[in-house]
Amino acid sequence: MSRILVIAEHDGQHIQQSTARCLNCAQQIEAAGADVVVFAAGDSPVAAEAANLAGVKRVLLVAQAATGSLAAVLAPQIVALAGNYDCILAPSTTFGRDLLPRVAALLGAAQVSDIMAVVGPRSFKRPIYAGNAIVTVEVPDGQPVIGTVRSASFKPVESGAGAAIETISVNAEIPAHTRFIELQTGSSDRPDLQSAKIVISGGRGLGSADNFNQLYALADRMGAAVGASRAAVDAGFVPNEMQVGQTGKIIAPDFYLAFGISGAIQHLTGIKDAGTIVAINKDSEAPIFEVADIGLVGDLFAAIEEMNKQLG
Amino acid sequence: MHKIIVCLKRVVDYNVRIRVKPDGSGVITEGLKMSINPFDEIALEEALRIREKGGAAEIIAVSIGPDDCQQQLRTALAMGADRAILVQTSTELEPLGAARSLLKIIEREQPELVLLGKQAIDDDCSQTGQMLAALWGRPQATFASKVEISDQAVRVTREVDAGLELIEVDLPAVITTDLRLNEPRYVKLPDIMKAKKKPIETLTLDSLGADTAVRLRTLKHEAPTPRGKGILVEDVPALMAALRERGLSA
Repeated sequence: MSRILVIAEHDGQHIQQSTARCLNCAQQIEAAGADVVVFAAGDSPVAAEAANLAGVKRVLLVAQAATGSLAAVLAPQIVALAGNYDCILAPSTTFGRDLLPRVAALLGAAQVSDIMAVVGPRSFKRPIYAGNAIVTVEVPDGQPVIGTVRSASFKPVESGAGAAIETISVNAEIPAHTRFIELQTGSSDRPDLQSAKIVISGGRGLGSADNFNQLYALADRMGAAVGASRAAVDAGFVPNEMQVGQTGKIIAPDFYLAFGISGAIQHLTGIKDAGTIVAINKDSEAPIFEVADIGLVGDLFAAIEEMNKQLG
Repeated sequence: MHKIIVCLKRVVDYNVRIRVKPDGSGVITEGLKMSINPFDEIALEEALRIREKGGAAEIIAVSIGPDDCQQQLRTALAMGADRAILVQTSTELEPLGAARSLLKIIEREQPELVLLGKQAIDDDCSQTGQMLAALWGRPQATFASKVEISDQAVRVTREVDAGLELIEVDLPAVITTDLRLNEPRYVKLPDIMKAKKKPIETLTLDSLGADTAVRLRTLKHEAPTPRGKGILVEDVPALMAALRERGLSA
Protein backbone atom coordinates (compact mmCIF):
# COMPACT_ATOMS: atom_id res chain seq x y z
CA MET A 1 0.00 0.00 0.00
CA SER A 2 1.25 3.37 -0.97
CA ARG A 3 1.17 6.14 1.63
CA ILE A 4 0.52 9.37 -0.22
CA LEU A 5 0.79 12.98 0.88
CA VAL A 6 -0.91 15.63 -1.26
CA ILE A 7 0.17 19.23 -0.76
CA ALA A 8 -2.90 21.46 -0.80
CA GLU A 9 -2.90 24.58 -2.94
CA HIS A 10 -5.07 27.41 -1.66
CA ASP A 11 -5.35 31.18 -1.58
CA GLY A 12 -5.79 31.48 2.18
CA GLN A 13 -9.58 31.39 1.90
CA HIS A 14 -10.37 28.52 -0.42
CA ILE A 15 -8.74 25.35 -1.56
CA GLN A 16 -7.91 25.44 -5.28
CA GLN A 17 -9.59 22.97 -7.59
CA SER A 18 -6.08 21.84 -8.60
CA THR A 19 -5.90 20.06 -5.23
CA ALA A 20 -9.10 18.08 -5.96
CA ARG A 21 -7.64 17.08 -9.34
CA CYS A 22 -4.41 16.05 -7.65
CA LEU A 23 -6.43 13.85 -5.28
CA ASN A 24 -7.98 12.07 -8.24
CA CYS A 25 -4.46 11.16 -9.41
CA ALA A 26 -3.62 10.05 -5.86
CA GLN A 27 -6.67 7.77 -5.81
CA GLN A 28 -5.56 6.15 -9.05
CA ILE A 29 -2.19 5.39 -7.45
CA GLU A 30 -3.74 4.19 -4.18
CA ALA A 31 -7.48 3.55 -3.96
CA ALA A 32 -7.41 4.04 -0.18
CA GLY A 33 -6.68 7.71 -0.73
CA ALA A 34 -4.18 10.18 0.63
CA ASP A 35 -3.36 12.52 3.46
CA VAL A 36 -3.56 16.20 2.58
CA VAL A 37 -1.28 18.74 4.20
CA VAL A 38 -2.53 22.32 4.47
CA PHE A 39 -0.10 25.11 5.33
CA ALA A 40 -2.34 27.97 6.41
CA ALA A 41 -3.34 30.25 9.25
CA GLY A 42 -4.85 28.28 12.15
CA ASP A 43 -8.31 29.78 11.62
CA SER A 44 -8.32 29.37 7.83
CA PRO A 45 -11.36 27.56 6.36
CA VAL A 46 -9.08 25.74 3.91
CA ALA A 47 -8.49 22.69 6.11
CA ALA A 48 -12.25 22.10 6.44
CA GLU A 49 -12.66 22.37 2.66
CA ALA A 50 -9.85 19.87 2.17
CA ALA A 51 -11.45 17.47 4.66
CA ASN A 52 -14.64 17.43 2.56
CA LEU A 53 -12.96 16.13 -0.58
CA ALA A 54 -13.29 12.47 -1.57
CA GLY A 55 -10.20 10.33 -1.19
CA VAL A 56 -8.86 12.25 1.79
CA LYS A 57 -7.84 10.02 4.69
CA ARG A 58 -6.97 12.90 7.00
CA VAL A 59 -5.99 16.52 6.80
CA LEU A 60 -2.79 17.71 8.44
CA LEU A 61 -3.00 21.39 9.25
CA VAL A 62 0.34 23.05 9.81
CA ALA A 63 -0.44 26.48 11.15
CA GLN A 64 1.61 29.44 9.96
CA ALA A 65 1.59 33.07 8.94
CA ALA A 66 -0.95 33.65 6.21
CA THR A 67 1.30 35.44 3.73
CA GLY A 68 2.26 33.79 0.49
CA SER A 69 3.31 30.22 -0.20
CA LEU A 70 7.08 30.49 -0.49
CA ALA A 71 8.85 27.31 -1.58
CA ALA A 72 11.85 28.09 0.62
CA VAL A 73 9.54 28.22 3.66
CA LEU A 74 7.32 25.23 2.82
CA ALA A 75 9.92 22.80 1.46
CA PRO A 76 11.78 22.08 4.74
CA GLN A 77 8.43 21.51 6.49
CA ILE A 78 7.34 19.00 3.84
CA VAL A 79 10.72 17.28 4.10
CA ALA A 80 10.10 16.92 7.86
CA LEU A 81 6.85 15.06 7.07
CA ALA A 82 8.21 13.05 4.15
CA GLY A 83 9.51 10.11 6.20
CA ASN A 84 5.92 8.89 6.73
CA TYR A 85 5.13 8.72 3.01
CA ASP A 86 6.09 6.78 -0.14
CA CYS A 87 4.60 9.35 -2.49
CA ILE A 88 4.30 13.14 -2.40
CA LEU A 89 2.10 14.90 -4.95
CA ALA A 90 1.39 18.56 -5.70
CA PRO A 91 -0.56 20.21 -8.51
CA SER A 92 1.50 21.14 -11.55
CA THR A 93 0.49 24.78 -11.21
CA THR A 94 2.97 27.59 -10.59
CA PHE A 95 2.56 26.73 -6.88
CA GLY A 96 3.55 23.07 -7.19
CA ARG A 97 6.09 23.60 -9.93
CA ASP A 98 7.91 26.11 -7.72
CA LEU A 99 7.72 24.03 -4.57
CA LEU A 100 8.05 20.34 -5.32
CA PRO A 101 11.50 20.28 -7.02
CA ARG A 102 12.87 22.00 -3.90
CA VAL A 103 11.38 19.20 -1.81
CA ALA A 104 12.67 16.49 -4.16
CA ALA A 105 16.21 17.88 -4.13
CA LEU A 106 16.27 18.06 -0.34
CA LEU A 107 15.19 14.40 -0.29
CA GLY A 108 17.77 13.50 -2.94
CA ALA A 109 14.97 12.16 -5.12
CA ALA A 110 13.97 12.53 -8.75
CA GLN A 111 10.69 14.24 -9.60
CA VAL A 112 8.14 13.25 -12.22
CA SER A 113 6.75 16.53 -13.58
CA ASP A 114 3.30 16.93 -15.13
CA ILE A 115 1.85 13.47 -14.53
CA MET A 116 -0.92 13.10 -17.15
CA ALA A 117 -1.79 9.44 -16.58
CA VAL A 118 -1.19 6.79 -13.94
CA VAL A 119 0.03 3.60 -15.63
CA GLY A 120 0.85 1.80 -12.37
CA PRO A 121 1.57 2.81 -8.79
CA ARG A 122 5.13 3.72 -9.79
CA SER A 123 4.81 4.46 -13.50
CA PHE A 124 3.35 7.52 -15.14
CA LYS A 125 2.89 9.22 -18.47
CA ARG A 126 4.10 12.79 -18.91
CA PRO A 127 4.33 15.13 -21.88
CA ILE A 128 7.66 16.36 -23.25
CA TYR A 129 8.52 18.71 -26.13
CA ALA A 130 5.42 20.82 -25.49
CA GLY A 131 3.24 17.72 -25.68
CA ASN A 132 4.60 16.53 -29.03
CA ALA A 133 5.75 13.34 -27.37
CA ILE A 134 4.54 11.40 -24.36
CA VAL A 135 7.02 9.50 -22.24
CA THR A 136 6.26 6.73 -19.73
CA VAL A 137 8.61 6.77 -16.76
CA GLU A 138 8.92 4.47 -13.78
CA VAL A 139 10.18 5.28 -10.32
CA PRO A 140 12.25 2.24 -9.25
CA ASP A 141 11.40 0.47 -5.98
CA GLY A 142 12.97 1.95 -2.90
CA GLN A 143 12.70 5.55 -4.12
CA PRO A 144 9.91 7.93 -3.13
CA VAL A 145 7.45 8.93 -5.85
CA ILE A 146 7.58 12.72 -6.08
CA GLY A 147 5.31 14.14 -8.75
CA THR A 148 3.44 17.17 -9.95
CA VAL A 149 0.01 16.44 -11.39
CA ARG A 150 -1.16 18.02 -14.62
CA SER A 151 -4.56 19.48 -13.72
CA ALA A 152 -6.03 19.24 -17.22
CA SER A 153 -5.58 15.46 -17.22
CA PHE A 154 -7.57 14.67 -14.06
CA LYS A 155 -11.13 15.55 -13.12
CA PRO A 156 -11.60 16.94 -9.61
CA VAL A 157 -12.76 14.42 -6.98
CA GLU A 158 -16.28 14.90 -5.63
CA SER A 159 -17.19 15.69 -2.04
CA GLY A 160 -16.35 12.98 0.45
CA ALA A 161 -17.57 11.78 3.81
CA GLY A 162 -15.46 14.26 5.72
CA ALA A 163 -12.00 13.44 7.00
CA ALA A 164 -10.50 14.28 10.37
CA ILE A 165 -8.36 17.40 10.70
CA GLU A 166 -5.24 17.12 12.82
CA THR A 167 -3.36 20.26 13.72
CA ILE A 168 0.29 19.35 13.82
CA SER A 169 3.57 21.14 14.26
CA VAL A 170 6.68 20.19 12.33
CA ASN A 171 10.25 20.51 13.38
CA ALA A 172 11.98 22.37 10.56
CA GLU A 173 14.34 25.27 10.23
CA ILE A 174 12.59 28.03 8.29
CA PRO A 175 14.95 30.31 6.37
CA ALA A 176 14.53 34.09 6.48
CA HIS A 177 16.29 34.70 3.16
CA THR A 178 13.08 34.79 1.11
CA ARG A 179 10.28 37.26 1.82
CA PHE A 180 6.81 37.63 0.35
CA ILE A 181 5.97 41.27 -0.48
CA GLU A 182 2.67 41.26 -2.35
CA LEU A 183 0.43 39.55 -4.86
CA GLN A 184 -1.16 41.63 -7.60
CA THR A 185 -4.19 39.91 -8.93
CA GLY A 186 -6.69 41.16 -11.46
CA SER A 187 -10.07 41.15 -9.75
CA SER A 188 -12.73 39.61 -11.91
CA ASP A 189 -16.19 38.23 -11.22
CA ARG A 190 -15.88 35.83 -14.14
CA PRO A 191 -15.34 32.10 -13.61
CA ASP A 192 -11.82 30.93 -12.92
CA LEU A 193 -9.94 30.06 -16.10
CA GLN A 194 -8.71 26.72 -14.80
CA SER A 195 -12.04 25.39 -13.59
CA ALA A 196 -14.54 27.00 -16.01
CA LYS A 197 -16.68 24.76 -18.24
CA ILE A 198 -16.57 27.32 -21.06
CA VAL A 199 -13.51 29.40 -21.94
CA ILE A 200 -13.45 32.14 -24.55
CA SER A 201 -9.99 33.27 -25.65
CA GLY A 202 -8.74 36.15 -27.74
CA GLY A 203 -5.53 36.50 -29.69
CA ARG A 204 -3.57 39.13 -31.54
CA GLY A 205 -6.53 39.35 -33.93
CA LEU A 206 -8.50 41.22 -31.26
CA GLY A 207 -6.26 44.20 -31.99
CA SER A 208 -6.54 46.11 -28.70
CA ALA A 209 -7.34 45.96 -25.01
CA ASP A 210 -10.55 47.84 -25.78
CA ASN A 211 -11.74 45.21 -28.22
CA PHE A 212 -11.42 42.57 -25.51
CA ASN A 213 -14.48 44.23 -23.95
CA GLN A 214 -16.59 42.68 -26.71
CA LEU A 215 -15.20 39.29 -25.73
CA TYR A 216 -15.95 39.95 -22.04
CA ALA A 217 -19.54 40.80 -22.90
CA LEU A 218 -19.94 37.55 -24.82
CA ALA A 219 -18.25 35.60 -22.00
CA ASP A 220 -20.63 37.08 -19.41
CA ARG A 221 -23.57 36.08 -21.56
CA MET A 222 -22.26 32.51 -21.77
CA GLY A 223 -21.01 32.25 -18.19
CA ALA A 224 -17.52 31.72 -19.57
CA ALA A 225 -14.02 32.47 -18.35
CA VAL A 226 -11.78 34.57 -20.60
CA GLY A 227 -8.30 33.59 -21.70
CA ALA A 228 -5.77 34.89 -24.19
CA SER A 229 -2.88 33.83 -26.37
CA ARG A 230 0.69 34.80 -25.56
CA ALA A 231 0.59 37.33 -28.43
CA ALA A 232 -2.36 39.14 -26.82
CA VAL A 233 -0.59 39.23 -23.45
CA ASP A 234 2.71 40.39 -24.97
CA ALA A 235 0.84 43.13 -26.83
CA GLY A 236 -0.51 44.36 -23.50
CA PHE A 237 -4.19 43.69 -24.31
CA VAL A 238 -4.68 41.61 -21.14
CA PRO A 239 -2.69 40.67 -17.99
CA ASN A 240 -0.43 37.62 -17.81
CA GLU A 241 -2.72 35.51 -15.65
CA MET A 242 -5.05 35.17 -18.64
CA GLN A 243 -2.46 33.45 -20.81
CA VAL A 244 -3.33 29.98 -22.02
CA GLY A 245 -0.58 27.70 -23.30
CA GLN A 246 2.68 25.97 -22.51
CA THR A 247 3.97 28.91 -20.47
CA GLY A 248 0.56 30.07 -19.27
CA LYS A 249 -2.30 27.95 -18.07
CA ILE A 250 -3.04 24.46 -19.32
CA ILE A 251 -6.80 24.05 -19.29
CA ALA A 252 -9.44 21.46 -20.12
CA PRO A 253 -12.86 23.15 -20.33
CA ASP A 254 -15.83 21.43 -21.98
CA PHE A 255 -15.87 24.18 -24.60
CA TYR A 256 -12.98 26.33 -25.79
CA LEU A 257 -13.75 29.17 -28.21
CA ALA A 258 -10.70 30.80 -29.80
CA PHE A 259 -11.20 34.16 -31.47
CA GLY A 260 -8.38 35.50 -33.64
CA ILE A 261 -5.85 33.00 -32.32
CA SER A 262 -3.58 31.54 -35.00
CA GLY A 263 -2.68 28.51 -32.87
CA ALA A 264 1.07 28.41 -32.20
CA ILE A 265 2.12 24.97 -30.95
CA GLN A 266 2.74 26.46 -27.50
CA HIS A 267 -0.88 27.64 -27.36
CA LEU A 268 -2.29 24.34 -28.61
CA THR A 269 -0.40 22.57 -25.81
CA GLY A 270 -2.55 24.46 -23.36
CA ILE A 271 -5.92 23.49 -24.85
CA LYS A 272 -5.64 20.02 -26.36
CA ASP A 273 -7.58 18.39 -23.52
CA ALA A 274 -10.61 20.66 -24.06
CA GLY A 275 -13.87 18.86 -24.92
CA THR A 276 -14.85 20.88 -27.97
CA ILE A 277 -12.50 23.40 -29.58
CA VAL A 278 -14.02 26.13 -31.70
CA ALA A 279 -11.83 28.35 -33.88
CA ILE A 280 -12.93 31.62 -35.42
CA ASN A 281 -10.27 33.20 -37.58
CA LYS A 282 -10.14 35.08 -40.87
CA ASP A 283 -7.08 33.12 -42.02
CA SER A 284 -8.27 29.72 -43.22
CA GLU A 285 -4.66 28.46 -43.10
CA ALA A 286 -4.28 29.19 -39.36
CA PRO A 287 -2.93 26.10 -37.52
CA ILE A 288 -5.73 26.38 -34.92
CA PHE A 289 -8.08 24.86 -37.53
CA GLU A 290 -6.01 21.64 -37.45
CA VAL A 291 -7.14 20.96 -33.87
CA ALA A 292 -10.55 22.64 -33.96
CA ASP A 293 -13.70 20.50 -33.82
CA ILE A 294 -15.71 23.37 -35.25
CA GLY A 295 -14.15 26.05 -37.43
CA LEU A 296 -15.53 29.28 -38.82
CA VAL A 297 -13.47 31.26 -41.31
CA GLY A 298 -14.45 34.88 -41.10
CA ASP A 299 -14.32 38.21 -39.30
CA LEU A 300 -14.20 37.65 -35.55
CA PHE A 301 -15.90 40.93 -34.63
CA ALA A 302 -18.87 40.15 -36.86
CA ALA A 303 -19.01 36.69 -35.30
CA ILE A 304 -18.95 38.04 -31.75
CA GLU A 305 -21.74 40.50 -32.58
CA GLU A 306 -23.84 37.81 -34.20
CA MET A 307 -23.29 35.40 -31.31
CA ASN A 308 -24.27 38.10 -28.84
CA LYS A 309 -27.45 38.64 -30.84
CA GLN A 310 -28.24 34.92 -31.01
CA LEU A 311 -27.74 34.52 -27.29
CA GLY A 312 -29.53 37.78 -26.50
CA MET B 1 28.14 41.83 -7.76
CA HIS B 2 31.29 40.09 -8.82
CA LYS B 3 29.88 37.21 -10.72
CA ILE B 4 26.72 35.95 -12.35
CA ILE B 5 26.51 32.38 -13.58
CA VAL B 6 24.07 31.66 -16.39
CA CYS B 7 23.19 28.01 -17.07
CA LEU B 8 22.43 27.14 -20.68
CA LYS B 9 20.98 23.94 -22.05
CA ARG B 10 21.44 22.88 -25.65
CA VAL B 11 18.03 21.81 -26.98
CA VAL B 12 16.28 21.11 -30.27
CA ASP B 13 15.33 24.51 -31.70
CA TYR B 14 11.84 25.60 -30.74
CA ASN B 15 10.74 25.88 -34.38
CA VAL B 16 11.45 22.23 -35.09
CA ARG B 17 8.54 19.83 -34.85
CA ILE B 18 9.72 16.78 -32.98
CA ARG B 19 8.83 13.20 -33.94
CA VAL B 20 8.90 10.01 -31.91
CA LYS B 21 11.09 7.14 -33.13
CA PRO B 22 9.04 4.30 -34.62
CA ASP B 23 10.33 1.86 -31.96
CA GLY B 24 9.32 4.19 -29.13
CA SER B 25 12.85 4.37 -27.75
CA GLY B 26 13.01 8.16 -27.87
CA VAL B 27 12.50 11.15 -30.14
CA ILE B 28 14.39 11.77 -33.34
CA THR B 29 17.01 14.47 -32.73
CA GLU B 30 19.64 13.50 -35.31
CA GLY B 31 20.37 16.27 -37.79
CA LEU B 32 17.95 18.72 -36.21
CA LYS B 33 18.78 22.38 -35.62
CA MET B 34 19.97 22.89 -32.04
CA SER B 35 19.82 26.13 -30.05
CA ILE B 36 20.18 27.58 -26.59
CA ASN B 37 17.01 26.78 -24.63
CA PRO B 38 14.98 30.00 -25.23
CA PHE B 39 14.31 30.54 -21.51
CA ASP B 40 18.05 30.25 -20.81
CA GLU B 41 18.74 32.81 -23.53
CA ILE B 42 16.43 35.19 -21.65
CA ALA B 43 18.44 34.44 -18.50
CA LEU B 44 21.66 35.36 -20.29
CA GLU B 45 20.11 38.56 -21.66
CA GLU B 46 19.07 39.55 -18.15
CA ALA B 47 22.61 38.95 -16.86
CA LEU B 48 23.99 41.14 -19.66
CA ARG B 49 21.55 43.93 -18.80
CA ILE B 50 22.50 43.74 -15.12
CA ARG B 51 26.18 44.04 -16.09
CA GLU B 52 25.49 46.94 -18.47
CA LYS B 53 23.87 48.84 -15.61
CA GLY B 54 27.01 48.32 -13.54
CA GLY B 55 25.44 45.58 -11.43
CA ALA B 56 27.91 42.81 -12.20
CA ALA B 57 31.57 42.46 -13.14
CA GLU B 58 31.66 39.07 -14.79
CA ILE B 59 29.23 36.71 -16.50
CA ILE B 60 30.06 33.02 -16.83
CA ALA B 61 28.01 30.79 -19.13
CA VAL B 62 27.86 27.13 -18.08
CA SER B 63 26.51 24.19 -20.03
CA ILE B 64 26.45 20.45 -19.41
CA GLY B 65 26.43 18.10 -22.36
CA PRO B 66 28.37 16.79 -25.36
CA ASP B 67 31.21 18.65 -27.11
CA ASP B 68 28.68 20.17 -29.49
CA CYS B 69 27.47 22.41 -26.66
CA GLN B 70 30.48 24.56 -27.54
CA GLN B 71 28.35 26.01 -30.35
CA GLN B 72 25.77 27.30 -27.89
CA LEU B 73 28.48 28.54 -25.52
CA ARG B 74 30.11 30.41 -28.44
CA THR B 75 26.76 32.05 -29.09
CA ALA B 76 26.58 33.02 -25.41
CA LEU B 77 30.08 34.49 -25.59
CA ALA B 78 29.09 36.40 -28.73
CA MET B 79 26.04 37.78 -26.93
CA GLY B 80 28.40 39.07 -24.25
CA ALA B 81 29.27 36.44 -21.63
CA ASP B 82 32.89 36.86 -20.47
CA ARG B 83 33.85 33.22 -20.33
CA ALA B 84 32.27 29.79 -20.52
CA ILE B 85 32.51 26.42 -18.84
CA LEU B 86 31.49 23.20 -20.56
CA VAL B 87 30.89 20.19 -18.36
CA GLN B 88 31.39 17.40 -20.83
CA THR B 89 29.26 14.27 -20.84
CA SER B 90 27.63 12.08 -23.43
CA THR B 91 24.93 10.84 -21.05
CA GLU B 92 21.73 12.78 -20.54
CA LEU B 93 21.34 14.01 -16.97
CA GLU B 94 18.16 14.26 -14.95
CA PRO B 95 17.47 17.66 -13.37
CA LEU B 96 18.80 16.46 -9.99
CA GLY B 97 22.08 15.33 -11.56
CA ALA B 98 22.34 18.61 -13.47
CA ALA B 99 21.67 20.60 -10.28
CA ARG B 100 24.30 18.62 -8.34
CA SER B 101 26.85 19.21 -11.10
CA LEU B 102 26.05 22.92 -11.31
CA LEU B 103 26.44 23.16 -7.54
CA LYS B 104 30.05 21.99 -7.91
CA ILE B 105 30.71 24.81 -10.37
CA ILE B 106 29.02 27.28 -8.04
CA GLU B 107 31.11 26.15 -5.08
CA ARG B 108 34.21 26.80 -7.15
CA GLU B 109 33.16 30.13 -8.69
CA GLN B 110 31.19 31.62 -5.75
CA PRO B 111 28.73 33.71 -7.81
CA GLU B 112 26.22 36.03 -6.12
CA LEU B 113 23.53 35.22 -8.66
CA VAL B 114 22.63 32.22 -10.80
CA LEU B 115 20.23 32.75 -13.68
CA LEU B 116 18.62 30.04 -15.79
CA GLY B 117 15.40 29.41 -17.68
CA LYS B 118 12.25 28.33 -15.86
CA GLN B 119 12.20 25.16 -17.92
CA ALA B 120 13.96 23.50 -20.84
CA ILE B 121 11.76 23.08 -23.89
CA ASP B 122 12.88 19.49 -24.48
CA ASP B 123 12.03 17.62 -21.26
CA ASP B 124 9.77 20.43 -19.94
CA CYS B 125 10.67 19.37 -16.38
CA SER B 126 10.96 22.82 -14.78
CA GLN B 127 13.06 21.48 -11.90
CA THR B 128 16.75 22.34 -12.23
CA GLY B 129 16.73 25.89 -10.84
CA GLN B 130 14.65 24.98 -7.80
CA MET B 131 16.76 21.89 -7.10
CA LEU B 132 19.96 23.91 -7.40
CA ALA B 133 18.64 26.52 -4.95
CA ALA B 134 17.66 23.77 -2.49
CA LEU B 135 21.03 22.00 -2.64
CA TRP B 136 22.85 25.35 -2.35
CA GLY B 137 20.65 26.28 0.63
CA ARG B 138 19.82 29.61 -1.03
CA PRO B 139 16.63 31.42 -2.13
CA GLN B 140 14.85 30.72 -5.38
CA ALA B 141 12.76 33.14 -7.39
CA THR B 142 11.09 31.20 -10.18
CA PHE B 143 9.16 32.38 -13.27
CA ALA B 144 10.68 35.89 -13.09
CA SER B 145 9.20 38.63 -15.25
CA LYS B 146 11.05 41.53 -13.55
CA VAL B 147 14.31 41.60 -11.62
CA GLU B 148 15.41 44.62 -9.53
CA ILE B 149 18.80 44.37 -7.87
CA SER B 150 19.83 46.36 -4.81
CA ASP B 151 22.88 45.92 -2.57
CA GLN B 152 22.15 42.72 -0.71
CA ALA B 153 18.78 41.70 -2.01
CA VAL B 154 16.83 41.25 -5.23
CA ARG B 155 13.18 42.01 -5.79
CA VAL B 156 11.66 39.62 -8.27
CA THR B 157 8.23 39.82 -9.86
CA ARG B 158 7.01 36.28 -10.53
CA GLU B 159 4.38 35.24 -13.07
CA VAL B 160 2.09 32.98 -11.05
CA ASP B 161 -1.35 31.57 -11.85
CA ALA B 162 -3.10 34.20 -9.73
CA GLY B 163 -1.26 37.16 -11.25
CA LEU B 164 2.05 38.78 -10.35
CA GLU B 165 3.79 37.94 -7.10
CA LEU B 166 6.52 40.20 -5.74
CA ILE B 167 9.10 38.59 -3.48
CA GLU B 168 12.44 39.72 -2.07
CA VAL B 169 15.39 37.36 -1.79
CA ASP B 170 18.82 37.80 -0.22
CA LEU B 171 21.89 37.20 -2.35
CA PRO B 172 23.26 34.81 -3.35
CA ALA B 173 20.17 33.44 -5.03
CA VAL B 174 18.86 31.47 -7.99
CA ILE B 175 16.43 33.14 -10.40
CA THR B 176 14.57 31.26 -13.14
CA THR B 177 13.33 33.35 -16.02
CA ASP B 178 9.97 33.57 -17.76
CA LEU B 179 9.19 34.75 -21.27
CA ARG B 180 8.29 38.36 -20.60
CA LEU B 181 11.44 39.25 -18.64
CA ASN B 182 13.18 40.61 -21.75
CA GLU B 183 13.82 40.08 -25.44
CA PRO B 184 17.28 38.65 -26.08
CA ARG B 185 19.55 40.63 -28.39
CA TYR B 186 20.67 39.48 -31.81
CA VAL B 187 24.30 38.57 -32.17
CA LYS B 188 26.29 40.80 -34.54
CA LEU B 189 29.10 39.52 -36.75
CA PRO B 190 31.92 41.50 -35.04
CA ASP B 191 30.79 40.02 -31.73
CA ILE B 192 31.05 36.51 -33.17
CA MET B 193 34.62 37.30 -34.24
CA LYS B 194 35.47 38.70 -30.81
CA ALA B 195 33.89 35.72 -29.07
CA LYS B 196 36.38 33.39 -30.76
CA LYS B 197 39.08 34.80 -28.49
CA LYS B 198 37.07 34.27 -25.30
CA PRO B 199 37.91 31.17 -23.27
CA ILE B 200 35.78 28.03 -22.96
CA GLU B 201 37.02 25.82 -20.16
CA THR B 202 36.19 22.16 -20.58
CA LEU B 203 35.76 19.83 -17.62
CA THR B 204 34.63 16.24 -17.63
CA LEU B 205 31.50 15.43 -15.67
CA ASP B 206 33.42 12.76 -13.72
CA SER B 207 35.99 15.29 -12.55
CA LEU B 208 33.28 17.20 -10.66
CA GLY B 209 32.56 14.21 -8.43
CA ALA B 210 28.81 14.88 -8.32
CA ASP B 211 26.26 12.07 -7.97
CA THR B 212 24.58 12.10 -11.35
CA ALA B 213 23.12 8.60 -11.29
CA VAL B 214 19.93 8.37 -13.35
CA ARG B 215 17.01 7.61 -11.04
CA LEU B 216 13.92 7.31 -13.24
CA ARG B 217 13.50 4.47 -15.70
CA THR B 218 12.20 5.51 -19.11
CA LEU B 219 9.87 2.82 -20.41
CA LYS B 220 8.69 4.21 -23.74
CA HIS B 221 7.97 7.22 -25.90
CA GLU B 222 4.84 7.64 -27.96
CA ALA B 223 3.18 10.24 -30.13
CA PRO B 224 0.24 12.08 -28.56
CA THR B 225 -3.25 10.89 -29.51
CA PRO B 226 -4.43 13.15 -32.32
CA ARG B 227 -7.79 14.89 -32.00
CA GLY B 228 -10.49 13.80 -34.43
CA LYS B 229 -11.05 15.71 -37.65
CA GLY B 230 -13.24 18.77 -37.18
CA ILE B 231 -15.89 20.43 -39.32
CA LEU B 232 -16.01 23.86 -40.94
CA VAL B 233 -19.25 25.82 -40.66
CA GLU B 234 -20.44 28.63 -42.92
CA ASP B 235 -21.84 31.11 -40.43
CA VAL B 236 -22.67 31.87 -36.81
CA PRO B 237 -26.13 30.20 -36.76
CA ALA B 238 -24.53 26.98 -38.03
CA LEU B 239 -21.81 27.38 -35.40
CA MET B 240 -24.33 27.84 -32.61
CA ALA B 241 -26.33 24.83 -33.85
CA ALA B 242 -23.18 22.67 -33.85
CA LEU B 243 -22.36 23.85 -30.33
CA ARG B 244 -25.85 23.05 -29.04
CA GLU B 245 -25.62 19.63 -30.65
CA ARG B 246 -22.54 19.04 -28.51
CA GLY B 247 -24.38 20.03 -25.37
CA LEU B 248 -23.63 23.74 -24.98
CA SER B 249 -26.58 25.14 -23.08
CA ALA B 250 -25.64 28.85 -22.98
